[in-house]
Amino acid sequence: MTELARDIIGGKIRAIARGISLVENNIKGREELIDALFPHTGKAQVWGITGPPGAGKSTLADLLISCERDRGRKVAVVAVDPSSPFTGGALLGDRLRMQSHAEDDGVFIRSMASRGHLGGVSGATLDAVKVLDAAGFDTIIVETIGVGQTEVDIIELTDLVLLVLVPGMGDEIQAMKAGVMEIGDIFVINKSDKEGAEKLRTEVEYVLGFKYAGEKEKMNPVCLVSAKMKKGLDHLRNEMERLYGQLEESGELREKRKERIRKELLRIFSLKIHELLDRKMDFYNNVGEWAEMIYNKDVKPYHFINERLRFFLKKESE
Amino acid sequence: MSKRKLRILIAKPGLDGHDRGAKYVARALKDEGYEVIYTGIRQTPESIVRTALQEDVDFVGLSLLSGAHNELFPRIVDLLRENDAADIIVFGGGVIPEEDIPFLKEKGVRAVFTPGTPIQEIVDFIESKRDERNQ
Amino acid sequence: MEEYKKIKEARRKWEEKTVDKVISRFPERKEIFVTGSDIPVDRAYSPESFDEERWLDEVGFPGEYPFTRGVQPTMYRGRFWTMRQYAGFGTAEESNRRYKYLLEQGQTGLSVAFDLPTQIGYDSDDAMSVGEVGKVGVAIDTLKDMEILFEGIPLDKVSTSMTINAPASVLLAMYIVVGEKQGVSRDQLRGTIQNDILKEYIARGTYIFPPEPSMRLITNIFEFCSKEVPKWNTISISGYHIREAGSTAVQEVAFTIADGMEYVKTAVRAGLDVDQFADRLSFFFNAHNDLLEEVAKYRAARRIWATLMKEKFLAKSSKSMMLRFHTQTGGSTLTAQQPDNNIVRVAIQTLAAVLGGTQSLHTNSRDEALALPTEDSVRIALRTQQIVAHESGVANTVDPLAGSYYVEALTSRIYNEAMDYIEKIEEMGGMVKAIEKGYIQKEIQDAAYRYQKDVEKGDRIVVGVNKFTIKEEAPRDLLKVDPALRDLQVKKLARTKAERDNEAVKKALKALEDAAAKPDVNLMPLIIDAVREYASLGEICNILREVYGEYKESIVL
Repeated sequence: MTELARDIIGGKIRAIARGISLVENNIKGREELIDALFPHTGKAQVWGITGPPGAGKSTLADLLISCERDRGRKVAVVAVDPSSPFTGGALLGDRLRMQSHAEDDGVFIRSMASRGHLGGVSGATLDAVKVLDAAGFDTIIVETIGVGQTEVDIIELTDLVLLVLVPGMGDEIQAMKAGVMEIGDIFVINKSDKEGAEKLRTEVEYVLGFKYAGEKEKMNPVCLVSAKMKKGLDHLRNEMERLYGQLEESGELREKRKERIRKELLRIFSLKIHELLDRKMDFYNNVGEWAEMIYNKDVKPYHFINERLRFFLKKESE
Repeated sequence: MSKRKLRILIAKPGLDGHDRGAKYVARALKDEGYEVIYTGIRQTPESIVRTALQEDVDFVGLSLLSGAHNELFPRIVDLLRENDAADIIVFGGGVIPEEDIPFLKEKGVRAVFTPGTPIQEIVDFIESKRDERNQ
Repeated sequence: MEEYKKIKEARRKWEEKTVDKVISRFPERKEIFVTGSDIPVDRAYSPESFDEERWLDEVGFPGEYPFTRGVQPTMYRGRFWTMRQYAGFGTAEESNRRYKYLLEQGQTGLSVAFDLPTQIGYDSDDAMSVGEVGKVGVAIDTLKDMEILFEGIPLDKVSTSMTINAPASVLLAMYIVVGEKQGVSRDQLRGTIQNDILKEYIARGTYIFPPEPSMRLITNIFEFCSKEVPKWNTISISGYHIREAGSTAVQEVAFTIADGMEYVKTAVRAGLDVDQFADRLSFFFNAHNDLLEEVAKYRAARRIWATLMKEKFLAKSSKSMMLRFHTQTGGSTLTAQQPDNNIVRVAIQTLAAVLGGTQSLHTNSRDEALALPTEDSVRIALRTQQIVAHESGVANTVDPLAGSYYVEALTSRIYNEAMDYIEKIEEMGGMVKAIEKGYIQKEIQDAAYRYQKDVEKGDRIVVGVNKFTIKEEAPRDLLKVDPALRDLQVKKLARTKAERDNEAVKKALKALEDAAAKPDVNLMPLIIDAVREYASLGEICNILREVYGEYKESIVL
């Protein structure tokens, strides 16, 4: 085992941070590190927090950190924000709302930019979570913005997803139709002091009622909280605990985690095959020339591709 | 192979709330393609250093306009050193009299950018330290 | 009407014939000309740029509604503006000496700068205060410091402005008790506390508590002073810092007045009558370099406030409709490069404030971009005001730029654009909501970012910074605050704590804590009782922190 892996398991801050950078930058040593850490993972509860911008995700994360600390549990947060598609830069400000925990040894907060690399943000985040898990954090919170593909990723990343909604964002029902409602294990309606909070709860419950017609006991919890006024948090935390217990008892958690590994395997396999193809066929360097040939009708597309693949496979088996 | 993403923490120690400069630099560095972490006003040296460690940043940029730089900047450099992170490069900005700069540099602040500095100068500084960071 | 048609026609001809001919041979310097705040500027203005039929409704005469031309009919023909230099640093003893110097030099009012720990409610011995004690102003821990600060300065003879916001009630309480000890009764005290918490959330950052309890403290002050300290200006609603944070002139006016409306609404909701407190509200604006835009800004601000107070808040007294304001020249316009150039900038800004009808003025010193101003620099800054007052002649007539086609057109434009903002904020549910959403901060940040990018690209010239630069020697003789000052202040605080009646302090603080939890009690008398027993600023603020919690910044980048 490398010194880095040993230090991560020993809970050294700098090592943990460097380990995350290593997986994030996808540089040499990543695979060895994750393999070395893997036997030490699986102990942490992994929660996801997602929802539209301005819903108060970071503020909720901040309060959940406090809840966990009160229970004597060590907490890590991974806050994912988008990178600029134009410059590749990112401005990461989520941790600002959690800075009151900055000096607490039992809390580790890491901001990650989505970077838009192959395989999405999931790969890097998944491995970052493994690093934190191996480092001994009891609870790991993954916070992502809820637009487009990223919110679907969060199901694959975590055991339990909190979908944060706020009244007055408009188009609530619209969002539900768009399938956002499929994401949450627990629906958290933040800013419960605001007008329309109760109405939103009724709407959410109405939609869930359809989904679970006839098996009401399976319906997801809907919790009203006010992160600003620190209201409703105990209830939320209790619901989370209850749901977690349920997941564990029914074996669903095990299945969920297996499913996560299955997807991860698929992702890594296709990534590796992609890399392999590229290495052997010099795909990215040749693709322009091939396109030219196809455009000029020098070759037929499928015939050409099958030809190349056959050639490649033959070479591999020799 | 594209260049490694450099990560920069822009932090405001001390009590002054003048964050116009810090926010400008944070945003401009993002536009230059860096990953910038911004943590808001009134940060203690301890929380700045812990943030720098957790975020595994390459640089810490400090902004201060109240005149407390001679106390607070060196304290942050020292704390980084105590935490085995002397490699993280610290630079500073704000209302800092020319005559204080030699003292700050001697204390380990690698560069000081006073008001009116074009962002390109900060970018040049960062890029000039890229090799050092990649070691 | 006939006349307008003729002018319009003549203008068209002028543009087609005279202008086009010249431009084809000598193009103008830029395609589009804009003000310092990005308002487009025409080549030349003429009578049709301003609708004279609306003259009486929108401009009128000085001292009359809508007060576009000024709040008094005679303005500086009666009395010059108050020349008020903001000062304070180090210990109370040092600041006291500086105040006496300034009064000897002909200054007519005091303006107290507090250090950051004081402004955020920390004592000098608090861990958060490290490095900051006495840096940007004077350190005040207990009544003892306040007694020293005003030693030998009779409080019935001066008016005192205090730049203090979150803990404004505590400092006002100390001032009242210093008055008591000098034998000056409350109704003789004159001055201003800034007391404007909303702009702290927006731009300045020295907040302590969340908006709701903060607004309650402010309303308590309004009510208390309307009965006990009638000559006191209970709030200085400040656009200055909004502008310093990088806003445009329009945003400065719009957000400041929207803040003002929020205070009025809160006080009215608490049961106060508009005319009972509105005449004690005052404003505080910035002065930047775009001279004519700034003049238009002040005129537009007066008109907006008068209109809103009359039409929206149904004020009856014309005093409630008058926007009285203090001005400070723009700190962010000063350059660290070639600092003497700042003297010229400040002179232009002084003219802007005076031509705009300010009630009082602070002129920045040339070295403020570098450090605290030296005595020499402060004198030059004060002399700048005196030269404008006595030599320039602009104070001889009221609102001398009225009727300038350009200034009137700009005044209307700023009025309209600011009103649009105000409406939008109202639709969001008022200023507190707009701040919590981050809308205001985002608007300002975007403007600041645009401006800075323009400077970097060279689209805007800042003399000595991105053009006309020279190699310079580092400036010498800057004023430095002694780093050992914190120890001194900490020792003084310990001595005071040892000498006071600690039982009485405990009792007073407990009474304050109990009252703070009850929304309908006025806290001012309880805070006065506590400071009289030498309870420290930090002790009082910590009690309130326990009850109210602390505000956390919500950033938008």
